[in-house]
Amino acid sequence: MLLLAIDTSTSAITAALCGGPGPVSRTVLDARGHSERLAPLLAGCLAESGHTAGDVTHVAVGTGPGPFTGLRVGMVTGTTFALARGIPVVGVCSLDALARTAAAAAGDGELLVATDARRKEVYWARYGVRAGRAHRLTDPAVARPADLPAEVRALPTAGRGPVLFPDLFPRPLPVLDVDAAALGALALEGLELGLAMPVEPLYLRRPDALTSAERASR
Amino acid sequence: MSADEPLVLGIETSCDETGVGIVRGETLLVDAIASSVDEHARFGGVVPEVASRAHLEAMVPTIERACGQAGVRLQDLDAVAVTSGPGLAGALMVGVAAAKALAVALGRPLYGVNHLAAHVAVDVVEHGPLPEPTMALLVSGGHSSLLLVPDVTSDVQSLGSTIDDAAGEAFDKVARVLGLPFPGGPHIDRAAREGGQVAIDFPRGLTNNRDMERHRFDFSFSGLKTAVARWVEAREASGEPVPVADVAASFQEAVVDVLTRKAVLACMENGVHALQVGGGVAANSRLRAMAQERCARAGIALRVPRPGLCTDNGAMVAALGAQMVARGREPSDLCLPADSSMPVTLVRA
Ligand SMILES: [Zn+2]
Repeated sequence: MLLLAIDTSTSAITAALCGGPGPVSRTVLDARGHSERLAPLLAGCLAESGHTAGDVTHVAVGTGPGPFTGLRVGMVTGTTFALARGIPVVGVCSLDALARTAAAAAGDGELLVATDARRKEVYWARYGVRAGRAHRLTDPAVARPADLPAEVRALPTAGRGPVLFPDLFPRPLPVLDVDAAALGALALEGLELGLAMPVEPLYLRRPDALTSAERASR
Repeated sequence: MSADEPLVLGIETSCDETGVGIVRGETLLVDAIASSVDEHARFGGVVPEVASRAHLEAMVPTIERACGQAGVRLQDLDAVAVTSGPGLAGALMVGVAAAKALAVALGRPLYGVNHLAAHVAVDVVEHGPLPEPTMALLVSGGHSSLLLVPDVTSDVQSLGSTIDDAAGEAFDKVARVLGLPFPGGPHIDRAAREGGQVAIDFPRGLTNNRDMERHRFDFSFSGLKTAVARWVEAREASGEPVPVADVAASFQEAVVDVLTRKAVLACMENGVHALQVGGGVAANSRLRAMAQERCARAGIALRVPRPGLCTDNGAMVAALGAQMVARGREPSDLCLPADSSMPVTLVRA
């Protein structure tokens, strides 16, 4: 089993090959370069691991939530790669991958993931942590940070939320962006357990446009 | 692979159509399209975010459908081509990313090609090799360009383009003024059949002597659109009914007159004996008729692909990619960007 994991929902463009003796992962930080940089990164991962595209048996993509344009680059790359190889593709919530990385270093209790949703908002979800493992307690959502309850904001927080709004998230964790190796590990576990992992983008916002009828009614 | 009959898949996502075409050499095997035009109709125009979402949803099913209908397996492809610009940035990125994924997964070369050059190249699957040079008039909701094309795989020159609205945009806006649905082109064309082409004397932009010096092969449709709107408003203000058919026919005549007049002039002044018309507006029946008439008079061979190949589609991208492979052009790098304002002189990014 060799799983190719891809995520482009945060400032990191990240890809990993998991399931072998140790994951090979590559990440570059470039919030606007997804469409240029992801494919060379994939090719680099394959080359570094000594594998060819034909060795990959599964693909996992981060389904966000995240800024739409970048998110789509990763998702269409993963789904098209899987189509070309005739292999299955699964989706993993990107916030879960951040929580997994953060939980490894956190004690038992709860943590928050809050990522950059642009427009002065964050994508967020709350997680319970036990024995270094995170499980999601709330559905991913988008909100202005100040609208989150104070006790939620007070949790140890992964993602770029605390970098962007340091006054509102007082307990930053040193995990800012998704690591595809963590996303891939979640996907492998989900496959093992036979979980449904739909490849549906988590936009959480409607497109910014009014229909002709809505315009007329204003 | 066979160098003169390469099997190439092309992806087009520069606007609201998700197009996937497959070409073997100069033979079209399939042209699969998923359009989000119905979704945009609710908004009265193309909404970039709606288009991008639709591209992501449609990409895999459209590639599957294309392969199924053509009886081609992806691993049989010799190369992958994709529109890398110009177009809507977020929409282009979906197609470019998909094409790169195919290239990496299959280990095949990638060609990031110019959308406008692809509109010209598509005619080989319909009418055989392009005369060299060819003159191309590309008119749609996104473009109005007059191109001199010595070699569509490497050398495309812009003689002129619109300085304001695209021709198709003018059709959409006038349709709105007349209470006709979006997209306006087919509705104006239909309404115009019952109307008088010279009923109303609408302006021909950039055709007076001074403009013909400075903007010889450029177009302008904004003034025309405004003139139509004023005329209709005046009619409504006077309480008289608006003669929709006459307005549509006279407006259409003004657009088509300028387009064909400048295109034929460009051919004559550059010693070009073939004119190709492409883009969505090429489906306009009056444009086809007048181009035919004026080309015949000037001794110019007119080439117009069938309507399905004039609007945005994947076949045109595949066709250009196949011609690049056949002529031994270098493929693109994997870090190829999606370039929303890609100049037409850059045929392959
Ligand atoms: Zn076009």
